[in-house]
Amino acid sequence: MKEQYTISIFTENRVGLLHRVTIIFTRRHINIESITASESEVKGIYRYTIVVFETREKVEKVVKQIEKQVDVFRAFFHTTDEVIHQEIALYKIATSSVQNGLSLEKIIRDYHARIISIEQDYIVIEKTGHKEDTKELFEVLRPFKVLEFVRSGRVAMMKQIDNFSDSLYELEQAHQLD
Amino acid sequence: MEEVIQIKSAKNIDGSIGKTKTKEKISGAEAVVKCLLAEGVDLVFGYPGGAIMPVYDALYNYQNEINHILTRHEQGAVHAAEGYARSTGKVGVCIATSGPGATNLITGIADAFIDSTPVVCITGQVASPLLGTDAFQETDVVGIVTPVTKWDIQITDANEIPEAIAKAFYIAKTGRPGPVVIDITKDAQFQQMEFKYEVCTKIRSYFPKPKIDLVKLEEAAELINKSQKPFLIFGQGVILAQAETELKLFLEKSGIPSAWTLLGLSALPNEHPLNFGMLGMHGNLAPNKLTNECDVLIAVGMRFDDRVTGDVKRYAKQAKIIHIELDPAEINKIIKADIAINADAKEALQMLTELVQHNENIEWINKFKEFQKIEYEKIIKHDLYPTENGLKMSEVVRVVSEKTNGEAIVVSDVGQHQMVTARYFNHKNTRSSITSGGLGTMGFCLPAAIGAKLGNPAKQVIAIIGDGGFQMTIQELGTILQTNVAVKVIILNNEFLGMVRQWQQMFFDKRYSQTEMVNPDFIKIASGYGLDAQRVTRRNELDSAIDSLLNAKAGYVLEVRVEKEDNVFPMIPTGASVSEIRLE
Repeated sequence: MKEQYTISIFTENRVGLLHRVTIIFTRRHINIESITASESEVKGIYRYTIVVFETREKVEKVVKQIEKQVDVFRAFFHTTDEVIHQEIALYKIATSSVQNGLSLEKIIRDYHARIISIEQDYIVIEKTGHKEDTKELFEVLRPFKVLEFVRSGRVAMMKQIDNFSDSLYELEQAHQLD
Repeated sequence: MEEVIQIKSAKNIDGSIGKTKTKEKISGAEAVVKCLLAEGVDLVFGYPGGAIMPVYDALYNYQNEINHILTRHEQGAVHAAEGYARSTGKVGVCIATSGPGATNLITGIADAFIDSTPVVCITGQVASPLLGTDAFQETDVVGIVTPVTKWDIQITDANEIPEAIAKAFYIAKTGRPGPVVIDITKDAQFQQMEFKYEVCTKIRSYFPKPKIDLVKLEEAAELINKSQKPFLIFGQGVILAQAETELKLFLEKSGIPSAWTLLGLSALPNEHPLNFGMLGMHGNLAPNKLTNECDVLIAVGMRFDDRVTGDVKRYAKQAKIIHIELDPAEINKIIKADIAINADAKEALQMLTELVQHNENIEWINKFKEFQKIEYEKIIKHDLYPTENGLKMSEVVRVVSEKTNGEAIVVSDVGQHQMVTARYFNHKNTRSSITSGGLGTMGFCLPAAIGAKLGNPAKQVIAIIGDGGFQMTIQELGTILQTNVAVKVIILNNEFLGMVRQWQQMFFDKRYSQTEMVNPDFIKIASGYGLDAQRVTRRNELDSAIDSLLNAKAGYVLEVRVEKEDNVFPMIPTGASVSEIRLE
């Protein structure tokens, strides 16, 4: 059965490494739903978060093939209910649409969104949440005419306390001692 | 120069161990050469071109230390490096220029990747300001090779060269070996830098040697000790781990019959009483049939390739599977292991031998012998000692095997002759069978044989090639001419792409679409390259022709005209189970 999986990959920061990781999905004809990459809690060690919709068996095999890459420290996979995850969305609406009497205030409050920029021509609203939440706000904002909409890839943390960050710190220290 | 000459093994460039600093400034190109020397490299294969010229210029000063073999095509260079690596256990090195030079390497890199062969490829690249601009002979080499390399790196700063090359060698040869590509921009090759070299011994994100799980090992031993019908199958992992002796001792103590994958061939002498032959599509009858009868299947250093397993849904379902494998990604990839031991074959077999009981499994082994008898009567006898019709590939291999006493290094290409060679050459020594297994690369044989011979100058190296594969890298006869390497070539010429024709006959209603070959006069071609050559068409000429081939001091080409429409049997058709192996 196909399901949504969140894959977390801890890597070195190297040119070409993201390519090396993504082609492992390509090889098996797996589409990547979302991808984010940034530095982890340990300096120099990067974390990729990749979301795919696949069978557990395939994901397990892909993760093993990712983990065996020389510049990858560890790779994990989790079902959606095993992670705490978040996405961020930005919405650009015309300032004029607010002046037309539509009330933005209640929407902002109800959806725990916030306005991060007000310009003469447009307003930028930000909302974090799950994909469904940001999508819902998009629908609600439709009457205001959304000029532009962008949503980030998922960032996720495992629910279980994992020792891996400890070993990352150890690695960092060992590296500094070298 | 003086200090450099003394370096034989992987040490720092001044011969010391530990950190060293030398103040001299040299070019990135010279640094490449010095790094190779520091890694103990004395032989490289390659082909020059614009973007790699600084490295070739540096090589000019080191001709006494590094023997550069000029191949006739970059594909030849990388296959030669593979042949060298596979036959010696050392890292093979090849050098090519940017663009087409680098892309010509790709077949060989992919071949080395799937067959776990340690190869370091150094490619030139356009100068860094030109990267991404479609400059002359620019190709995104790293982007292209990433799917088929264990590791790769592009270097734009000469100061990165020593560390990158040190890592490349370490990665290529440790863990599950594989190919590595180092792409160096031309400006980095010219750039002056302070040279210091440190051998790489660890990489913080890379864990080539897993810690063996003793509990699993004990569970495995318990399963084996209780087993009535244990069967061990092994692959190249045994050779790569140098575990040949450990395998033999384990088998002899436990009395377990064994069989090999194509790449596991020669890890155990063919004549060992517990060696029951080849697994898979054109393997032997007994091991294939009994895979589906054993109660414990111990797989060592192999990856359950589809040519080995046939239909996986009907593969050894009755058996408990113990999988001993170094690469964790191979465990449970194809066949679910009941006990998975992620370990180096040498270590695991050593420890397992201590834990298993002495056994002889006489009844069980007799079953193997019964099937052996059937296969001998129905197939092997007729293959090895035919009395009518044209020459058979199998009898040629038998004669070569007998006359070399199984001591030769045999390099084969891909197709019918490859299966026949694997089936009928009686290997005595490890690393004496070199062939393209996973990728099935036609054209592999001739250049790989050149590499194998250069790595083993004292041994007889025999290239057994089909007429199709020979013409895929036929230009490497020029390499033999120029370097005088005494490779003995046997072309088994049936004027067909034999294996494809066999499939067309069996599965495509004999519609021989594009498999018939109109061939050139191979003897004239060989003599054009200055090689002695002869053609054999009749059975009574075979013996003396092979004598001439083996006794030749230099390279030699023997063309044997074999039966045109012979088939290789036994055979497990695609989609069939191993136990459905067909004898006709």
